[in-house]
This record gives sequence, structure tokens and C-alpha cells, in this order.
Amino acid sequence: MLAAIGASTIAELYADIPDALRLHRPLDLPQPFTAEADLVRHVDGILARNRTTADNLSFLGAGCARHFVPVVCDEINSRGEFLTAYSGHAYEEHGRFQAIFEYQSMMGELLEMDAVNVPTYDGFQAAATGLRMAARLTGRNRVLVSAHVPADLRSKLVDYLESDIETVFIAHEASTGLLDLEALDRHLDESVAGVYFENPSYLGLIDHRGAEVARRIHAAGAVLVVGVDPISLGVLQPPAAYGADIATGDLQALGIHMQYGGGLGGFIASADDRRHLVEYPSRLYGLAPTSVSGEYGFGEVMFDDRTSFAKRENAREWTGTAAALWAITAGVYLALMGPAGMAEVGDGIMARARYAMDRVGAIPGVRIPFAAQHHFKEFVVDFGATGRTVADVNRALLARGIFGGRDLTGELPELGETALYCVTEMHTQADIDRLATDLEDVLA
Amino acid sequence: MTWPIEPKPLPRRMHQASWDEPVIFELGQPGARGVLPPALEPGIREAVGHPVAALPDTIRRPVPPKLPELSQLHVLRHYDRLAQETVGVDTGIAVGMGTCTMKYSPKVNDRFARDPRVTELHPLQDEDTVQGILEIMWRLEQFLKEISGMDRVTLQPPSGSAAIWANVSMVRAYHASRSEGSQRDQVITTLFSHPSNAAAPRVAGYDVVTIYPDADGYPDLNALRAAASGRTAALLITNPEDIGLFNPRIAEFVQVVHDVGGLAVYDQANANGILGITRAREAGFDLCHFNLHKTFSTPHAGGGPGAGASGVTAELARFLPGPTVEFDGSRYYLDHDRPDSIGKVRPFYGTTANIVRAYAWIMSLGAAGLREVAETAVLNNNYLMLRLLQIAGLTAPFAPGKRRIEQVRYSWAGLAAQTGIHTEQIASRAADFAVHYWFSHHPWVVPEPVTIEPTESYSMADLDEFAAIFAAIAEEARTNPELVRTAPHRSTIHQVDERVLDDDATWALTWRAYLRKTGGSAPDAGQGAAREDETVAGPWVAPEAGQVVAVEAG
Amino acid sequence: MPVQGAPRRKVGLIVNPIAGIGGRVGLKGSDGLEIQRLALSLGATPEAGERARAALVPLLPLAADLELLAAPAEMGEDAAREAGFGPTVIGAIRSGETTAADTRRIAGEMRDAGVDLVLFAGGDGTARDICDAIGSDLAALGVAAGVKVYSAVFAVNPRSAGELAAAFLRGQAVTHAGEVLDLDEEAYRAGRVSPSLHGYLRVPFRAGSVQGGKSPSPPSERGAAEAIAHDVVGRMVPGRWYILGPGTTTLAIADRLGFQKTLVGVDVVTLDGLQLADATERQLRDVVTAHATTVIVTPIGGQGFIFGRGNPQIGPRVLEHVGRGDLLVVATPAKLAALQGRPLLVDTGDPVVDASLAGYLPVITGYRESTVYRVST
Repeated sequence: MLAAIGASTIAELYADIPDALRLHRPLDLPQPFTAEADLVRHVDGILARNRTTADNLSFLGAGCARHFVPVVCDEINSRGEFLTAYSGHAYEEHGRFQAIFEYQSMMGELLEMDAVNVPTYDGFQAAATGLRMAARLTGRNRVLVSAHVPADLRSKLVDYLESDIETVFIAHEASTGLLDLEALDRHLDESVAGVYFENPSYLGLIDHRGAEVARRIHAAGAVLVVGVDPISLGVLQPPAAYGADIATGDLQALGIHMQYGGGLGGFIASADDRRHLVEYPSRLYGLAPTSVSGEYGFGEVMFDDRTSFAKRENAREWTGTAAALWAITAGVYLALMGPAGMAEVGDGIMARARYAMDRVGAIPGVRIPFAAQHHFKEFVVDFGATGRTVADVNRALLARGIFGGRDLTGELPELGETALYCVTEMHTQADIDRLATDLEDVLA
Repeated sequence: MTWPIEPKPLPRRMHQASWDEPVIFELGQPGARGVLPPALEPGIREAVGHPVAALPDTIRRPVPPKLPELSQLHVLRHYDRLAQETVGVDTGIAVGMGTCTMKYSPKVNDRFARDPRVTELHPLQDEDTVQGILEIMWRLEQFLKEISGMDRVTLQPPSGSAAIWANVSMVRAYHASRSEGSQRDQVITTLFSHPSNAAAPRVAGYDVVTIYPDADGYPDLNALRAAASGRTAALLITNPEDIGLFNPRIAEFVQVVHDVGGLAVYDQANANGILGITRAREAGFDLCHFNLHKTFSTPHAGGGPGAGASGVTAELARFLPGPTVEFDGSRYYLDHDRPDSIGKVRPFYGTTANIVRAYAWIMSLGAAGLREVAETAVLNNNYLMLRLLQIAGLTAPFAPGKRRIEQVRYSWAGLAAQTGIHTEQIASRAADFAVHYWFSHHPWVVPEPVTIEPTESYSMADLDEFAAIFAAIAEEARTNPELVRTAPHRSTIHQVDERVLDDDATWALTWRAYLRKTGGSAPDAGQGAAREDETVAGPWVAPEAGQVVAVEAG
Repeated sequence: MPVQGAPRRKVGLIVNPIAGIGGRVGLKGSDGLEIQRLALSLGATPEAGERARAALVPLLPLAADLELLAAPAEMGEDAAREAGFGPTVIGAIRSGETTAADTRRIAGEMRDAGVDLVLFAGGDGTARDICDAIGSDLAALGVAAGVKVYSAVFAVNPRSAGELAAAFLRGQAVTHAGEVLDLDEEAYRAGRVSPSLHGYLRVPFRAGSVQGGKSPSPPSERGAAEAIAHDVVGRMVPGRWYILGPGTTTLAIADRLGFQKTLVGVDVVTLDGLQLADATERQLRDVVTAHATTVIVTPIGGQGFIFGRGNPQIGPRVLEHVGRGDLLVVATPAKLAALQGRPLLVDTGDPVVDASLAGYLPVITGYRESTVYRVST
């Protein structure tokens, strides 16, 4: 090869790199394991130092949860073709286009919205972009965000919005845990571009007053952005049903393993009209005919002024590599589950969560502060009256092979000595009973 | 019949898989189910009844979503067929996707990524239970520190563009900390940089100045000198740029920006040809980023998940997104106590699966292996350039006779002038040989562009085959242009008519929108509309009609 | 491949039979019967017809769906038949004695007959005639058959013209405004080039891209111009006067300010409104003497001239008063990219003024987007 290109050494190919820029020593990296079996042994050895939610009983949630992942989901997202394709055209990557169009379509049914994006990175980005879309749609530069969102989302929003958008956090009612509508009213004026809240909320509460919230927001000329957990939409009304303009959320619950918080995808959906679509930074795949009758082709619903690839720095944010494989996976999940499966899983989760709330709430000293409200899969547990800290309780539970709920004391100190417990369809009655029994033991 | 069988010609007489597969909503039948979720135990039901039925009407979904209803085999078959209709690195010669670095993603690394000791970890588990994954994250950071020369590296960004955002946010925080935030309201980048180098700063509030290339293809240094000022927050630059030339004066570029008090940010998406040879540190950069799904072999996954890594000097480390992964000599832990951090760029810590893959990839190669990766990538690229430039009508603009690093931007302008066939049309014909190529970011300074990056994973035979395909299509453009103009002919589908995608009356992002706009209804074999006369009983309907199960007040 | 249900497309073909006739024999241009007779006597042979024939070849595959209307005999019909078409002949001429008036009249008749595209073979003069007849009413595309052409309405070569026309008729190309430059033939023949902007034609250009790749369709020029307008208007301050040169990008600025820009001339505005329409050089000199003024210009035509092609009114005396600090150049990224690394050019007629403008100038390329670009004399 060198001979063919007329070079006598490889070094000649790097002639343009000046000496002063060179590294004049080998990289200081460990000795490699060039044989596959040796590499496997090495990595296995490190992974052996992990304990997982498969061999322990976990009640952790807070943005990532252990849901049922059908084997066929893993089968499809292991296919080498899907795994190693990238951004080819609608011909040589036709299958990828169709799979993502079908994902968009299934999410459209779940959300009852006709426009769904090719996913962005995660639910945080979806919320942040949803709020920037609200600002672009209205020309205003203030947004109101529910205070009951993860502290990490608050951090993300500040980082992403602060250059030109002011974020105000709206309190929730201490007694009910629901969004304080009076506080919302106090801040709603003509400077507000959009309002974001999550349903179910970060604390697991289901808010049935969506239409009322939407009414107030629209009266002020603002955009309603609602973050949802897609696995709840078999039993809960989608935001479109109560007047949301933009729906966002994370795909993790739809057939994606937790992967230590790395298995995420962000969806954004809205009405299908030019006014909204022009504000999406994402790719938007659409159906198209081909030169042969009856053939399905796909392409991008494109605006000249929309994505960063076309307009560079005038961009409505940017688009790039994000979560396409998880879109395909979520599509597989929804197709496997179907309407009945989504209804059953939602129903099963709510029943198990309520059962857990009742069992745990019955423990002396333990309180479920929002027990009167409807919950989906998560609920707050107040250990204040037990005299023990959440950290302490979790340490004791860990020793018994149980991962207790997320410690909220740092994040939401106004709630007191509380933790966020998450129950999914993967928990059995025995699991929940064991939690209750062990908690009672630990607290005794 | 010929015997012996004739040798196979190049290009191949192949045909891409083509199943004429309906959209999934057209498949299946009412009542079919692919998988059942875990059954709810009677004990739970007895204890709590039907919390769903107790929901207020305003939030209880009356009818389940109109999803397709297929049996498991039919779901599997449908998606397997779609997979077959997708060409990836595993099946095709994917050297055409310039800047994407379409190298082999070793399957052994997928095995690690799918290990339950990675997949079944919850990010909020006690640190003592995840020492293994924390160790991998910490060690990968150390590797990337050495490869870049930077002092700290974060693995939190989910992609290259997200890493660019993190870098820009850190630049912003840096200048704010020195009370120069409002003064420094401008970022400088180059035309051949990735568009996110312009788009991300805009979101961060910056005005963007773009330096155009000079006649040799390098960013115009004099233009940079004229543009740099007390308003300059940073220079975002790539080297080598997408055309494949290494800018030997890069240190001067960095110096110009440092002289005005700005920071230099190095987009290292194009690192594959220079691993172990030159680093961000030696050129004086303050920040840099890598794409793990490009240089470090993690699979592209059809458009993500990817992973980005941002590296910074010690001076900037306090602005890194949190938490960082630390090691105290015996234990790995997450440091959340970072008051100057820009905060979160995403939930949790990063694309774990890709962090594991990249770690294993580097551990399988070591320093010598990475060097070999770079040198092979550059050798492959220069060899392929030689072969491709033998094709009449294809040129490599800028710096004639110069070596390129790991990729080249070519131009079909000569062929287009001769034949009227354009680069997009040639790309459509290339699909008939399961080959894709990328053009260029916009605007197209190089006319009729083609950007090719072989990487180290392809053999001479692969590159010869790729060149043969290009040569054949160029010849067709001259002798049979109609064939090229109406391509593809042997791909999964035929030429797409894109006009419906531009009109809001016709475009359809979802099947439901398509049916609505075309006045169609779901065919009998599907679901949804065909079932509207049936009441779909959700499982929450209490056995006794009309009974609502109350939720106990707490 | 016929698109089901699509109406038959119509293309009009006009050939200027004596275009370029002077060039081959060392005469510049061919306007005027004098020059034509001189050229013919020197042995020049007309080429425009052959160029037109070559341009029609890529349209043959569409013949079944296409109605080709051609001007009679040497003005198009001959070339069409030679290419293999059976054209519908439109208009009447006196063969052997055709003039610019014939071009203008027949182009108008083609428009009235509902053609989708006028394909013309000729030079800048022919482009000017087509422009006078149809303006931007419908699409038009030139096949160069004269000497060097200045107008940005010609395809690179006849074959490309045919391919582009075919793409347009297939719905795979959009149109943009191409500048038609008006060359003073005598001045040109005397070695002084000083074209002015005559008008615009709506010229097809290829927007097509294969869907789904990493880089989707290129941005619309209009969208890019609007972004620039947004930025520039945001910078305007009360009390300051602004000289707006001709061009499609400055047109967008006028649109945003809410006034009708003189298409080929220079206008003067303040934030209070239009102060002077189609100003002369004299008027501009008065303006810059009396007020703090910014000059806003955009490159005209394909060669990147910001002064010297199309805006002679903004002369050297105006510019030396204003100085480079109050000069605002605007250009879309596509316009700059088309220069392929070549600098922007200035040719005011005064080398000292030209030298003062040379070097690196900021250029607004979008909203809060700019570059610093090399300017050369």
C-alpha cells in the first residue's frame, strides 16, 4: 500500500504535523489484553464488583426504574444492522427509517398527538427543548417550572436556559403535594412563554386537574409543556387530552435496561402543524411515496430554517446522535405489549404501588404524607417520626439486600426525613411484604 | 451453464434485501398479544382493589391506546425484516460516511455492555454496590486524559454535540467567574467545523463568527486575527478538519485566541488518525471533546445512543458537570460537592454501555494498538485517495499533492459539469451496491462534495471494491445517465418522491396523521378504527359494573 | 417516469441566433446589426443554435410529458428538431433578420401560453431581453452562447442547463432570484467593464438531496436573507442614515423595514422610513455629507463584487466619506461558499478607495452570525 501511494514510511503521511505538536513518547496506557479471552476475564473481574437490582431487591426510582424488558427487545437491538448503521439515506437504511417512523407512530397513539420527534438524548433534554420551543413559539422569555421535578432537572434547565430565558419554580401544596394553582396564578402573566410540570410528578403523584391548569396557562397566552412517564399512558390520559401543547418525557421504561442511568431517550410531541414543527430542533421522519406504486418510502419533514445542519448558527438548538436505537426498542416494546398490555402493566403498577403504600404506611412511625392522592409508581415515605435518618435506614436495608428509596432530604428538605420509593410490575407481593417486614425490623 | 463458475466481478451484482414490508399498523389482528406483563397477584388485588377505576374521569384513560396487536413471532419477524433492510458496518463497506469513523465495533464489547452487571444497575445505588462500574468510568477517564493530555475528563455528555455544549457552558462559566461574562459575548469557529460548534454557542447566548477557509483549505488565520478581540470568549476548532488536512499552524490559532484572553476548544471528532501522535495539550488547548462512537469504536446504533467525553485543563476542572468520579486509593466514589460546576448536562453519569465498550476497546489495544489504529486509518485513507483520484471527474480540492490524515473531501464537480449528474444522484446509485456516502455540512464550499473516511477496519480489498463501485457509477454517469438519475434500482425501495414532505397538507410523521390526511382508515387486518364498535374492557373495570373502588384516605 | 395525474409541463425555447457571434472573431459582444454584419464578414458562424440543441438532449427522456414551444426557425425551432423534438412553433419572425424585439415579444407570448420555464440561449443581452419581457413571472434559465457572461442566470454549460431544466420540470429544483447585469457594450469593447443591475430572473437551482442523510437540504436563500435582515435591522439606530445597495439580501432588509425596495437601484432609509428611492451618486454624496451614514451592500452576481458590479451609484466619493468602519457587508453563507475561497472584490474605479477597502471586513451572514472575510481589489 505504501508503495502504491509512493511513500516509503508511514511517518511521511504525517509530514504536515510539526514536531512541536508531536507526542514524543508512547501513550502511557496499561498493557493491553489482545486475546479475547484475556479481555473477557479482565472486564468480568471488574464487573464482578457490582451488585445489581437483579440479585438485590430494589425500590429505587427517581428518573430510572427497573421495568420488564421483553427478550425480543434485546434481540432486535442486538441486530448488527441496527446497531452498526448510522445516518445513511432512506435507501440503504430503509429499515431503520421505517422502524423509527413506526416508533413515532406508536408514540403518537400513546400521546394522542400527530407529531413526534426522532428522540433527543433524554427526558431532561426533551423538557429543556420543550421549554425553548415554548419561548420560540411565543416570543417570550420566562418559563414556570414545577418545583417537584428532580433537582438534576432543575440544574439542567438552569444551565440550558439561562442565556436568555428566566426560570421560576412554582411550589406545590404542602398538604396534597399537588401543584399549587394559586402560586401558578401569581406568576402567570404575559411574560411567561411556557409552563412545565410532570404528570405523574417526581414524587409519583397523579394530577387530575390538567384541564384546569391548561385553561389558566392558555388564558395567559403561554404554552403548556407536560412531562410524562410513557409506561403510565395505558391507564392515564395523555397530556393532549387535557390541553397540553407539547408532551415530553423519557423512554427508559419502554423496554430499555437501566444501564446505571445510561439507557435514556427523550421524546417531544405536539400537534402536527407548521407552526409547531418549525420549532423542533430534532429530525422528523415522514412517510413518502416512491416511483413505484405501493412502495413505502421515508424521508425527513424538513424546513430550510430548522435544523442546525442546514442553518448552522441560526439553529433552533442542534441535532445529532441521540437515541435512535432506543426509539426502535421502544417501538418493539409497544408493539409487543399492544393496547391490552399497556393497560395491564399500568393497572398492575398502580395496584402494587398502592399495596406497598398501605403496607409501609402501616409500620409504626412511618407516614405516607400524600397517601390520599392518586399515585402511579412512586411515593414518598416519611421516616421523621421514627427518629431514624433515611441514610441510616437505607444502610440497614442494604445489609439485608434491599436498596431503599432515594433519599430526598438533600433535594427537598422541606419534606423532612423522606425517601422516594418506586414500585413497578417487577415487584411481587412477596417482595413488597419483605420490604414491609424488614423495614419494621430495622425501625424497631 | 458455465463450469468452472466465472469469477465474481466488481462491482457486485447484488441486490439489497427488500421485503415490501407493510407498516406495522397494517399487521396483526385484534386480540393478538406479543408478550404479557407480570401477572398481578390476587392477594394484591384483594387488598387494594382497582386504583385505576378510582381515578377521576379527567385523568383515567377511557380506552387503551390504539397500538398494533401482533403475536410475538410477528413482531420479531417484522423487525428482523426491517433490520435486513438496513446496511451497517457489519454488513457493508461503510467507508463513505466521512467524519463518522465507521470502524468495527467489536462484538466482545457488546457482550460487556449487555452484561446484567451493567444493565441491571440503578444509578442511585449505594456506591459500595457499584465499585466495578465506577472503576471502569474512572479508568476510562484516566485513559482519555492521557490520550488528550488534558487534566480531567467528564463522560457525562451523551454525544459529541452534547460534549460541545458542555465545553461551551464551561467557557461561559469561566468568563463569568472572572467578571468578563458580558464582555465576552462572541465565539469564533470555522466553516469546516461541525455545525454544533456554531449552534451550541448560540444557545449559550453567544454571537458566532465563522472563519471561512482560505484558498488552500485551511481556516484563514488572518481572518481569525481580524476577528479576535476582547469580545472573544473562545475559538472552537477542529483539526484535522473535515476535508482531511491537518492545519500545521494550529498552535498559532490557539495563541491568537489566548492573546485576547479567550479559551481554545478542540473538537476532536476527527481524532482517529492522530491517536498517540499529537494531542490537545501540545497544541495549547484548554478544552477538547471526543466522540466515543467515532474514534473509540462504540457502535453508532443508527443514530445513538452515542457518548461524548469532554476534557479540560486543571484550571477549568471546577466547572465540570457533576458528579465527577473519584478514587481515593482504595475506593471509587461520586463527588457531588462541586459548587462551581455548570451542573447537569443530562440525568446521571453518562452512556454507561458505551463507556464500558470504549474502556474495553482501549484495554484490548494499548498504546501500540492505538498508534496502529491511527496509522492504519491514515494509510487506508491515502491509498483510497489514490484509487479514487484515478476516476475522471473526481477531484480532491485544496492542497494538491498533499497527504491527508484520516479522511478526504472530494468533489464530483468535474463529472457534474461533463454529464449533468450530481453528487446526490451518484449517492442514490451507490445504494444499489449497499454503499452510502456523505456529502458535507452546509454550506457546500466544495461543490458536489463527497467525504470519505476509511478508518482502520477496512482491508485493501474493501477499498478496491469501494473504488470500483465509484468508478462504475462515474462511467454510468457518462454513458447511461438516465440510469443514475432514476436510481436506486437494486435497493430496498425505489426513488423517493419527497414532495409530500414539504407540504403540511400531506406530510405524515405518524401513521395516524397519514390516515387522517389521506382520508384512509385502518385495514381490517389492523386495529383501531375497525374496533370502535367494541368496548375494550380495561382490566381495571371492577367485576361488578358501576362499583367504584375508593382510595383510602391516608 | 410520468407522474400520475400531473399536468403536462411546458418549456419555451428561445435562441438568440447571433449571440456570441462576435467573440470568436475577436469582437466583444454582438449587439447591434453593425457588429453582427462585421462578425459574419469575418467568417464567424453562429453557435447559439448548437448550444441550444445540446441543452435539449437531457430533456428527451421527458418528451412524453413535455410540450416544447419553440420560437420559429433559427430562433429555436431548428435546434429543437435537431435535438429530436417535435416542437410547437410559437410567434412569427423574419428569418435572417431577427432582433432583440423578437426575443422580447416571443418570450411574452410563451408566458401567455403558460410555459413553466423559458430556456434561452444567448448572452447578457439576451438575458436582459428575457428579463424585460417576463421579469420574475416564471422560471427562466440561460444557456451561455455569448462571450463571457456576467449575469447569474446561466448554467455552467449546455448539458448542465438541460439537466437543471429537467430537474426543475420534475419538481426537483426550486428557483431563486438571479441577477441580470446590463453591460454597456461600447464601454466593454473599450476595455472598461461597468455593468449595472438590470433586473432579476427566477432561475432554477438544485435543492434536491437524498433524504435522510447526515446533511439534509440546503437552506433557502430567502430564509437566510431574512435572518440577515433580522440581525441588521436590530442594529439600526435612530438618527442614522442607511444606504441600501441592490441585491436580494438587501431586499430582505427592506422587507423587514416595511418598504418596497428599488429592485435594481440604491435606496436610502432611516428608522423613520424611506428617505430616497433609486438615488443617484450625487444624491448619495449629499446624504453622506449631511448625515452619519452606514452603507449596506451585498455581493452582486457570481463573482463576489461588493462594489463595481451593479451598484455604480455607490461611487468612490461616497465611500471615502463613509470609510470602512461604517460599511456593512451582508451575504448569505451560500453566496460566500460559492466563492470557494476566493475573496470578495471591489472595483470602484478609484484604486486608492479600493485599497482602503481591501483586507478583512466583517460580513453579516445570519442572525447574530457573521464572518470576517477577505476583500481584494
